[in-house]
Amino acid sequence: MKNNDVLISVEQLSRHYGPINAIEDVSFEVRRGEVLGFLGPNGAGKSTTMQILTGNLAPSLGRVRINGFDILDQPKQAKSELGYLPETPPIYRELTVFEYLHYCARLNKIQRNQVSKAIDNAMQRCGLTDVRKRLIGNLSKGYQQRVGIAQAIIHSPSVVILDEPTVGLDPIQIREIRSLIRELGGEHSVILSTHILPEVQSTCDRVQIINQGKLVLTESIGDLNEQLQSEYLLLSFKQAPGIRALESIGGVLQVEQKNKEQFRLHINPENDPTDKIVNMSVGQNWGLYELTPERRSLEEIFMEITCSEQKIIDSSGLNSETQPQLDVGSQSQDSPPQEHKGNEQ
Amino acid sequence: MIFTIAARELRSLFLSPLAWVILAIVQFILTYFFLIYVEQFITLQPSFAQYTNAPGVTEIIVAPLFDTAGIILLLITPILTMRLVSEERRNRTLALLFSAPVSMTEIILGKYLGILVFNFIIILLLTMMPLSLLSGTNLDMGLLMSSFLGLVLLASSFAAIGLYMSALSSQPTIAAISTFGVLLLLWILDAASTTGGESERVISYISILRHFQPMLKGVFSSSDIIYYLLFVSTFLILSIRRLDADRLQH
Repeated sequence: MKNNDVLISVEQLSRHYGPINAIEDVSFEVRRGEVLGFLGPNGAGKSTTMQILTGNLAPSLGRVRINGFDILDQPKQAKSELGYLPETPPIYRELTVFEYLHYCARLNKIQRNQVSKAIDNAMQRCGLTDVRKRLIGNLSKGYQQRVGIAQAIIHSPSVVILDEPTVGLDPIQIREIRSLIRELGGEHSVILSTHILPEVQSTCDRVQIINQGKLVLTESIGDLNEQLQSEYLLLSFKQAPGIRALESIGGVLQVEQKNKEQFRLHINPENDPTDKIVNMSVGQNWGLYELTPERRSLEEIFMEITCSEQKIIDSSGLNSETQPQLDVGSQSQDSPPQEHKGNEQ
Repeated sequence: MIFTIAARELRSLFLSPLAWVILAIVQFILTYFFLIYVEQFITLQPSFAQYTNAPGVTEIIVAPLFDTAGIILLLITPILTMRLVSEERRNRTLALLFSAPVSMTEIILGKYLGILVFNFIIILLLTMMPLSLLSGTNLDMGLLMSSFLGLVLLASSFAAIGLYMSALSSQPTIAAISTFGVLLLLWILDAASTTGGESERVISYISILRHFQPMLKGVFSSSDIIYYLLFVSTFLILSIRRLDADRLQH
C-alpha cells in the first residue's frame, strides 16, 4: 500500500509576527499513506504551521511543497491537492449541508457531472447523509465539525490537513472520525493537530511535538511505544534488598524507593536488567512479587519536553530524577537531527 | 470559478431577508418618485404645447427618476457590500477560499460580480417603470438607454468602493460606515463645485456624480465611461492587493 512519494515537504520554515517568532526553522516531510500527529501546547505554532502549509499565511522564510508544487509559486496546482479544516470550520450558516458541499466541490474544480457523486461520497464518509437538507447554522457543533471535515475531503486531495478535528464531538463521533482519519491515511497524507494525546497514539504513524515555534521531537509511533514501555520497572519485594544492591545490577541507572517494599528502577533498555533481577531475587530470596514494566504515557513525554524548556518541570508531576529530555529522541536512529538541536536549546 | 463565487454570494444575499427588504423598500421609494414625476408631467403638459422645442416625457420623468435612483443607490450600497469580505474574515470562512485552488483575483471578481448582479436587478426593476409608459406614449429610447447605462456604471463604482472598504476591515458595520463616508464625500464634492472657481473645477472633476449627469441628458461621452472604468478597476485592484496582504508579513 504505502510507497515513498513525499507529498508534503517543508524546508526551514519561519514566520514572524513583528518581533515574535511564531515558528522558527521547521523542516519535515510527510509521505503518502502517512498520518502525522502534530502536538504542542497552546501558542506553540501548530496552527501557524498549518496555515502556512495551506497557503493561508505566507512564510517569512523557507518553502512548502505539496506533491511537488510550491505553495507560493504554483498555488493553484498545490492547493488542488490540498484539503484543509481550520480550527474554526469555515462554514456558511445560511446554507444547507448539500448547498455548502456543492459550493465547496465547485470551488475545488470538480467537474459538473462528478459533483453529486463527490458530495454523496463525502457525506456518507462523514455521516452527514441524514442532515443533507438542514441548515448548517441549525446543526450541533459536532455536525458542523463533520461538515468541515467533509469539505476538506470532498475533492479527494492527496494531502489532508486537519486542525483539531475532534473538538466538540461526542465519544462515538470521535471514534468514527478517528477511523475515518485512519482510512484517509491509506491513500492520502494526513496531518493532524490535536491536544488529545491518546488520539495521536491511536491514529498517527508519526508524532511531531512543536514547542515555542521549534520542532522538539519527531518520532514514529512504533519507536515511541517501544521506548515508552521499557524505561522504568516497578518492583515489589517481600524481603527488600538495599538500594545499593539494586543499583549495582548492570543496566540499572537509578533506583527510587517508593516505600519499604516497592522500588522504581530507571533502566537502560539496551541492557535490560530484568532477567538479572529475577535471578538474583530467586538466588538471594528477596521474594519478588511484582514486576511491572512501567509505560510512560505520551503525556509524560509531552509534558517533559514542553515544560522542561519553560523550567517548570516540577509542576508536571514528574520526578526530578527522570532523565533529561535529550533521552527522549536520542535512541531512534531515523529521527532527523533538528530535534536534538531543539532539545538542547 | 468567478461565477461559482458570485452565485454563492447572491444566494446568501437572497437567503437572508436583507436582499428582499432592500428590493422592496427601494422599489417602493422609487415608485413614489416615479408617480410624482408622472404627476408633474401631467400638470406641465398643457403649457408645453405653446413651445416648439418643449421637453418630452422622457426628459421630465426618466432623467430625474434615475438621478434620484443614483442617490438611493448611494445610500443602500454600503449595506449590500459591507459583508462581502469582512464577514468572511470575521467568521473565518476566508480559509475556505484561500485553501481552494482559486486566485485572489477570482475571489474579488466573484464577489464583485455577485453585487453587480444584485444592483442590476434593482436598476432593471426601476427601468420597468418608465417602460410601462410605452403603452400610452412614445419614449426616447436613446435617452433611456444612456440613463440606464449611466446608472449601471454609477452603481458599479459604488460597489467597487464598498468591496474595498469591506476588504479593509473585519467588522461589517465599520465597512458600511466607511463606505458611506467615502460615497458621501464624493457626492459632496459635486455640491462644492457649484460655487465656481479654478480649484473647484478640479475637485468637481473627481466627483462621482458629475460624470453621471451628462448621461441623464443623453450625452454619452467616452471620457465619462473611462472615468468609471478606471474608478472600478482601481478599487478592484486595491481590494485584491488588500486580500493578498492577509497572508503576508505584517
